[in-house]
Amino acid sequence: MANMNLYSRGDKGFVIANMILVGLFALSTLYPFIYIASLSLSSGFAAQAGTVVLTPVDMTFAAYGKVLSEPQFWISYRNTFIYTIGGTVMSLIIIIPGAYALSRPQLYGRRFWNLMVAFTMWFNAGLIPFFLNMRDLHLLDSYFGIIIAFTCNAFNIILLRNFFESIPASFEEAARMDGANDFQVLRKVYIPLSKPAIATVTLFCIVARWNGFFWAMVLLQDEQKIPLQVYLRHVITELSDDEQFAATLIDAPYSVDTVTAAIVVCSIIPVLLIYPFVQKYFNKGILLGGVKE
Amino acid sequence: MADHTNRMTRIVDHLRANWQIYVLLAPTIIWFLVFLYRPMYGLQIAFKDYSVFRGIEGSPWIGFEHFHTLFGSDQFIRALKNTVIISMLTLVFGFPMPIILALMFNEVLNQTYKKTVQTVVYLPHFISTVIISGIVITAFSPSSGVVNTVLDWLGFDKIYFLTKPEWFRPIFIGSGIWQEAGFSSIVFLAAIAGVNPSLYESAVVDGASRWQMMWKITIPSIMPTIIIMLIIRIGNLLEVGFELIILLYQPATYQTADVVNTYIYRQGLQVGQYDLAAAAGLFNAVVAFVLVMTANTISKRYSRTSLW
Repeated sequence: MANMNLYSRGDKGFVIANMILVGLFALSTLYPFIYIASLSLSSGFAAQAGTVVLTPVDMTFAAYGKVLSEPQFWISYRNTFIYTIGGTVMSLIIIIPGAYALSRPQLYGRRFWNLMVAFTMWFNAGLIPFFLNMRDLHLLDSYFGIIIAFTCNAFNIILLRNFFESIPASFEEAARMDGANDFQVLRKVYIPLSKPAIATVTLFCIVARWNGFFWAMVLLQDEQKIPLQVYLRHVITELSDDEQFAATLIDAPYSVDTVTAAIVVCSIIPVLLIYPFVQKYFNKGILLGGVKE
Repeated sequence: MADHTNRMTRIVDHLRANWQIYVLLAPTIIWFLVFLYRPMYGLQIAFKDYSVFRGIEGSPWIGFEHFHTLFGSDQFIRALKNTVIISMLTLVFGFPMPIILALMFNEVLNQTYKKTVQTVVYLPHFISTVIISGIVITAFSPSSGVVNTVLDWLGFDKIYFLTKPEWFRPIFIGSGIWQEAGFSSIVFLAAIAGVNPSLYESAVVDGASRWQMMWKITIPSIMPTIIIMLIIRIGNLLEVGFELIILLYQPATYQTADVVNTYIYRQGLQVGQYDLAAAAGLFNAVVAFVLVMTANTISKRYSRTSLW
C-alpha cells in the first residue's frame, strides 16, 4: 500500500505533515531516555539546579564512578543475570515439552489440560494466596523460588502450542516411519521447525525476567539476593531520605538524581543490546497468533 | 465386564504407545497445580479468620465477614472507585492512540524512516516499571526536574507534582501511553496490512485522496479489530498497572491513586491482614472473571471466532 502511484498530487502536503507528526511522536518517546542519559553525565550541582534539559551540563562520569564502586550494584547485577538466565532456561525446559504435548491430537483429555492452562489467564488467586503459597513451600528469600515460581504462563504455552499445531503432520511422518518416538519427533522435527516461535518466547522470558521487580521485592529480604530492579527501587525511594548518603553528597560531583540516572542507564543498556533481536520477530505475526483464535 | 476389560486394554495400549507425551506434559501440569491452583485452594482464607499459626486449614470459618468489613471500609470503596476511574481514563485516552499511530505509520512512504520511527516507539514497552518510575520521579522532581525547569522558563510556579492528588492520574496515564501506545499499534498495523489492496486501487481511479481513503477504506476495514481490542480492554478493566502505582504514589496522593491491588498489597503484605486482603483479591478476581467471560462471549458473537 505504501505505493507511490496510489498517491495523487494533492496528497503531498498530507504525507509531509504526517511524516512530521510521526517524527515528533518518536522524538517525544525518545526524549525521556535522552534526558536521563544527559542527567547521568551532568555534574551533581547542575542537576540540583535544574539546568539539565537536553544535553549534559558540566559533563562528568562521577555518577557512574559512584554507582560502579557500590558493591551492592554488582551483587544485584549478578543476581539479575542469575534470575534471567536461570529463569529463561527453566521456562524453556518446561514450556516446550508441555506445549508439544498439549498440541498432540492423541493426548487423552486434551481439552481438559488445555482448559486448565487457559483458565489461569482468566482467573487467578491473587497476590496474597500466591505469597502464602510461596511461604508454605519455603521459597521465600531463595534464588530457586524466584526462578521456579515464574516459569510458566498460559500465554507463552498457548503461543507455542498454536505454532506446533500449525506445522503440517507430513513433516513428522518421515521421522515416524523411521521409528522415531515422541521425544525424538519433538527434538528433531518440531523444535527445528519452530525456531521463530521459540525465539519469541525466549525473548519474552528474558525481558520479563530482566524487568521483573514486584515479586522479587516481596519475596526477597536478603540484600545478597535482590536483583537490579529492586536495588534501583531502593536507590530511587530511599536514597533521598538516607542521611548517611546525604552526608557524602556535600562537595561530591554527583547528586541523588545523577546517581539514579546512572543506574537507570546501566540497567537499560542490556535491554538495548537485545532489542534488535526482539524487534526482528515483531512483525511476523507470531505475536498475534498467540492469543487470537 | 467384557466391556470393562476391553476399555482397560485400550487404555494400556494407548499408554504403551504414547506414554512419552504424558512425561512431556507432566512438568507443566505439576507447575500449574503447585504455583497457580494451590493458591486457589488457599483463597478459602477469604472466608476464614486466618492466623499464621493455625494455618489455612486450621483457621475457623467466619463466612462473609471480611466482605462486610471491606464494603464498610472507606479505604476499600475509595480503592474500588479509583480503579474504575483510572481504568476508564486509560481507556478513553489510551485506547485511540495506537489506532491513530497505526494509521499514521501506514501513511509514511519512506520505509527506512518508518522502520526507524517504529523501532523508537516500540522501545518503552521493554523498559521495566522501576525505570519508568525512576524517569518520572526525576523528571517531575520539584527542585531539579526538567518539567519544573520548563514551567519556570514559561513563568509558571513550580509544582510538587507527585504530592498533588490532582496530578497523579494525568502523570500515571500519560506515562502509560508513553510506554504502550507504540507497541499496541502493532495489532492495528497487522490489520491494516490485511486490507485488500484492490480497494485502494479503485479508489485512486475514482480520484480519492489519501485522507478520504483512510476514512472510507482503512478505518472501516480495521473496525472488527478495533472492536475486538476494545472488548478485550473492557474485559481487563480491573487490571490497572498497580506496580507503577506502588512506585509512584505516596500517602499524600492515596485519595486519587490507591487502587484495589495497591490496597491489597498494603493491607496484606505490609500490614499482614492476609485474610481481609485475600477477600479483596477474591472480589477483584471474580469481577474480572465475569468481565472477561462476558467480553469473550460478545466478541464470539461479533466475530464468530473466540479470542482464545
